[in-house]
Amino acid sequence: MTTDNTRSLISLEKKLSPSPVMNILVPVISVFLALLTGAIFLALTGKDPIQVYSVMFNGAFGTKYGLTESIVKAIPLLLAGLGLAVAFRMQLWNIGGEGQIYMGAFGATWLALLLPDQPAWVVLPAMMLAGAAAGGLWAVIPAIPRAYLGVNEIITTLMLNYVAILWVDYLVYGPWKDPAGYNFPITPSFSESAILPTFGDTRIHAGLLIGIVLAIIIYLIIFRTKFGYEIRVIGESPGAARYAGMNISRKIIVVMLISGAVCGLAGMAELSGVTHRLQQGFSPGYGYTAIIVAWLTRLNPLGIIIAALLFGGMQVGGFAVQMNGVPAAVVSMLQGGLLFFVLGGEILMRYRVSINSCRGDDKA
Amino acid sequence: MQELLLKMKQITKKFPGVLANDNIKLSVKPGEIHMLLGENGSGKSTLMNILAGLYKPDIGEMYIKGSKVNFKSPRDAINAGVGMVHQHFKLVDNFTVAENIILGSAGTKLKLNAAQAEQDIKLLASKYGLAVDPAAKIWQLSVGEKQRVEILKALYKGSDLLILDEPTAVLTPQETRELFQNLRQMAQDGRGIVVITHKLQEVMDIADRVTVLRAGKAVATLNRDEITEKDLAWLMVGRDVVFQQQKFASQFGVKVLELNEVQAMNDNSRPALQGVTMDVKEGEIFGIAGVAGNGQRELAEVITGMRTCSSGSIYLDNKKITNLSPQKIIRQGVSHVPEDRMGTGLIPKLGSVDNIMLKGYRNSYARGPFLDYKKASADTDKLVSDFNIKLYDPSAPVSLLSGGNLQKLLLAREMSLKPLLLVAVYPVRGLDVGATETVHRLLLEQRARGTAILLISEDLDEIFKLSDRVGVIFEGQINGIINTEHADLEEIGLLMMGAKQTGDMPQ
Ligand SMILES: Nc1ncnc2c1ncn2[C@@H]1O[C@H](COP(=O)(O)OP(=O)(O)O)[C@@H](O)[C@H]1O
Ligand SMILES: [Mg+2]
Repeated sequence: MTTDNTRSLISLEKKLSPSPVMNILVPVISVFLALLTGAIFLALTGKDPIQVYSVMFNGAFGTKYGLTESIVKAIPLLLAGLGLAVAFRMQLWNIGGEGQIYMGAFGATWLALLLPDQPAWVVLPAMMLAGAAAGGLWAVIPAIPRAYLGVNEIITTLMLNYVAILWVDYLVYGPWKDPAGYNFPITPSFSESAILPTFGDTRIHAGLLIGIVLAIIIYLIIFRTKFGYEIRVIGESPGAARYAGMNISRKIIVVMLISGAVCGLAGMAELSGVTHRLQQGFSPGYGYTAIIVAWLTRLNPLGIIIAALLFGGMQVGGFAVQMNGVPAAVVSMLQGGLLFFVLGGEILMRYRVSINSCRGDDKA
Repeated sequence: MQELLLKMKQITKKFPGVLANDNIKLSVKPGEIHMLLGENGSGKSTLMNILAGLYKPDIGEMYIKGSKVNFKSPRDAINAGVGMVHQHFKLVDNFTVAENIILGSAGTKLKLNAAQAEQDIKLLASKYGLAVDPAAKIWQLSVGEKQRVEILKALYKGSDLLILDEPTAVLTPQETRELFQNLRQMAQDGRGIVVITHKLQEVMDIADRVTVLRAGKAVATLNRDEITEKDLAWLMVGRDVVFQQQKFASQFGVKVLELNEVQAMNDNSRPALQGVTMDVKEGEIFGIAGVAGNGQRELAEVITGMRTCSSGSIYLDNKKITNLSPQKIIRQGVSHVPEDRMGTGLIPKLGSVDNIMLKGYRNSYARGPFLDYKKASADTDKLVSDFNIKLYDPSAPVSLLSGGNLQKLLLAREMSLKPLLLVAVYPVRGLDVGATETVHRLLLEQRARGTAILLISEDLDEIFKLSDRVGVIFEGQINGIINTEHADLEEIGLLMMGAKQTGDMPQ
């Protein structure tokens, strides 16, 4: 509708709602366009895009090692993506996944160091609980001002990422530093009972199962329960939620708690399954990449399983092309391109864009 | 024959899913008031937005005073002498009247002399009886005054073709009469005036010619002497319309809703309700009449628990419900058809089943923590057929439904709760004649079942047709309560403008 005071060069008119076909088509086309953009960039820098992509694909999915590594990298993305999707469903822009991952890792490590001699069936659940609690409570901190004062959570969750990362830095450089670690910023290795079991001789660990089970549970919660119904209604229309008597403030707190807890589990699983200790910078930005993972599927918990695998593969494929002299930043670029095209596709689905031939600046 | 001020030929404009204007022909002569009559959604605003340069037609030609024009922006239209007063005013609240009026013209000239401008505006205003103080800030003005500012703005820019989009929707009957007189005067000066309306009576009152739109087509253009109300209704709707709906006498029972000296703030923390005292009985429709913005919205919200009651008390069925949570009030049997259907009453992007569950998901549609989608689907199917809602896919977003079907869906849900009290705010706003009839019939049926109904409406005809008693709201107070049998349009109009009720109050 063109009722604004000014008319810009490009205007958007609302379209009828997108068809189900488009819901699948848009992510697929976005992936294609992102690859195309990447290809142009590669060609401009004198590389053969087809060759780079095939190396990348082979590196990620072509060998058993590549495939299993891609799955290993997908696990934290899956968990964090699920956590973020819960919050995003309610239009709570939790950008703090990274910090919640770090706090989850902190909580899990604390329990692992506290209970070195207990059996696995005590230690692992305790670590999961502690990781979830630490991540969840970390997310509740920005939820409270958001719920009761309307303070924008994008900024607060983002700021808390730095605090969490610095807190872990402090621990691994200070009180928790491994005395036998040649001064590296790492904690001592966890005991056997604090380590998640793996599948066969691969590095794929039980975090995968946790992720898949959680994806199904979260899917059911969102689409089949009263609780999930409230999340959807509040997310789509806070006015209608208030009208129906929903307590939005309380819901914000609970949903952020859940969102942070699941992200916290991502941190726990990464430590207990892969690094087996807390170390500085153990997450290369999983919490941020997970934002793209969640959006690519339009916040569908089951879709996140596939998207996480795709992004895990990109990371592993990125290592493979590095050996051919292609900077690993290509991967970040592809990921950024993906988000760009998904969000762009979203707008194209909802609106019809028309280019105005004139430079009308009407003030009437 | 005099030269035509405007000629539009074959105007066609398509929006996704609708042909808003279909091969429309329209001409305006200097000195005439030309009414554009049509139901909601028939394409009136679209056609005039094309004329004002806001939309570009897909096909079609426009001639102003004989020469072909091709507007690329509203600026082009203004330069060609076309001025439009939109349904929603476009004024800057913190600027004065004079500043707002010269705002659009200032771009072309040097800094204007404010005193000179004020003088010019005063002159123009007094010439056409558009009383308004040029030095006043916009936020200080009433809706009627804001409209006058919009008209002055158009005149100041030298418009000789003036378009008004549903100008009477926000006015009292007296203000409407005044506006029509002023418009007549402007026409006598050789201007062409186009007035959009969906009210037959207004066409009968002042039209020199009328063009009737139906579903995007111009179905007829008639001269003053050819117009009859019956023909117009037929042309507008495409079938015969029953004008009077039978209202059976109802047995009023006990007081269901009672308000005592209720006060509440608006969103800007200014007093909106300043001591409302009233009651609604079982089987009664109590209408609230008033100029928009006198506390109607706040009244509905304070009763339904969505707004804090700062003093006074509210009783439902003799139980105090003042400041209970909306959830508790819903449970006590209060249904609510809110003013904002799409953002409040319904969730646009969710399907019909999800929308039907909105009030009952906690109890009737719950199985432990889970939702009983089977029951909800069955109930939705039943309501869809009972209320004759045109619905193709119960899981498709309700934003795809037409206004009438949306409102039926909302009413279906609220009535299925078997409420003691139904609060209905502007229940037919934006609906076409057919859907309006249905909604009115549903409200009367609900009344016959003994529900107490509080009907807030901006349409006096609607209030008269349905209500048993009318309370007139003015500046947050019920300024008078009138039994509709004794009611007189004139008196209600005066009360709406703040006059005190004289004589005894027939109750
Ligand atoms: N900007 C728009 N985008 C899409 N559809 C529109 C737009 N404006 C109007 N329409 C549609 O065009 C039709 C005519 O609308 P409108 O001209 O506003 O009718 P009226 O003013 O007679 O009530 C309606 O079906 C309406 O939904
Ligand atoms: Mg209109």
